[in-house]
Amino acid sequence: MTGFVALLARDLRLVWRRPGDVAVVLAFFVVATVLFPLGIGPESNLLARIAAGVLWCAALFASLLSLDRLFASDYEDGTLDLLLLAPWPLELAALAKCAAHWIVTGLPLAVLAPFLGIAFGLDQPGLLALAATLLVGTPTLSLIGGLAAALTLGARRSGALLALLALPLCVPTLIFGAGAIETMAMGKNFTTHLAILAALALVALATTPWAMAAALRQAGE
Amino acid sequence: MAPPFLEVTDLACRRGGRRVFDHLSFALDAGALLALTGRNGSGKTTLLRALALLVRPDAGTIRWRGADSRADPETWRGQLAWLGHLEGLKGDLSVRENLLVAERLRGAPAEDRLDAALAAFDLADLAVRPVRTLSTGQRRRVALARVVLTQAPLWLLDEPLNALDALAQAAFRQVLHNHLAAGGLAIAATHADLGLPAARVLELG
Repeated sequence: MTGFVALLARDLRLVWRRPGDVAVVLAFFVVATVLFPLGIGPESNLLARIAAGVLWCAALFASLLSLDRLFASDYEDGTLDLLLLAPWPLELAALAKCAAHWIVTGLPLAVLAPFLGIAFGLDQPGLLALAATLLVGTPTLSLIGGLAAALTLGARRSGALLALLALPLCVPTLIFGAGAIETMAMGKNFTTHLAILAALALVALATTPWAMAAALRQAGE
Repeated sequence: MAPPFLEVTDLACRRGGRRVFDHLSFALDAGALLALTGRNGSGKTTLLRALALLVRPDAGTIRWRGADSRADPETWRGQLAWLGHLEGLKGDLSVRENLLVAERLRGAPAEDRLDAALAAFDLADLAVRPVRTLSTGQRRRVALARVVLTQAPLWLLDEPLNALDALAQAAFRQVLHNHLAAGGLAIAATHADLGLPAARVLELG
């Protein structure tokens, strides 16, 4: 556990030293979502209808944006060897890296999204649903993205390959995340959607660390 | 008779279908130093990585105090200190932070041992500098200080003298000598003379 906390704290400290990396991700999220109301025009009914899908897609792209550096920087400076040689499970190390990624991208995205939802004319329950689904859904994106990052480590054009690998796997999360907000807009309860999102996150939590560790060991050879 | 500390039997490794080495056997006891020599590409780094289980050997066993390392890799890794050709340092963290984080990643807080490790490589004045502002040789010294800090019984060193100036080389010899005198083991891939007469030499290639 000492190692897990140490790695998480180290990654957060590294982000703190270079806040620009996170700022770029959040700025991308804001710019990408704001383009839709500008492009479609002020038809509030239409905007409110597409809001859920647009915000969820933009959050997905934004969280992928910083993932290609997740393991690559450790791979390039030799720190990955130290993680591989640490006398505690590599699965926990992979999990710590994903947790750090979620704290600096998924969490701010979930906090930021309701403010952007206002620009789409979402009502208050809709904004609440948006924040809640992103909060529960983004850990899955960090975990699946982490797996794709580990698998593409050392490959050429790893950024594009990463997106191709991760995006299809994120489709269930996207469907239920956006679906929850539409359900809410129709005045129904969205707890079923939220429970499915949580289930997806738990499945990812229970499976991806092992796959990531295997991929990282392969990359270390 | 007790088994030797480290016993490597019939180790073989292939990379990309090409034989790197095979039927490699040696045993080391407490206080022993093994120098791996050989031309570029003769497999020194691969052997070190195979010993650390970073590369899967195709055949052979590595035993530590009689126990197979692959049966309990986490215990085995706990015995190792690793110096690769990449230093494994974060440019945005200071020397001090890098060393403390590396030790915590091994599961051991090291605040009380840090000053001695810094002093051994004359790094006290650089302790708060971010590593990205250091020269290649200074980074190498930080990586060596990290090795000292681990207090691991077996050091695996890949070209430890690279980029070190004469003073730093002398410091390294002193540190290595102390480590061996305290019953530690070391395996170093090297082109240069390690400067310790006790070294056994294994030539690859």
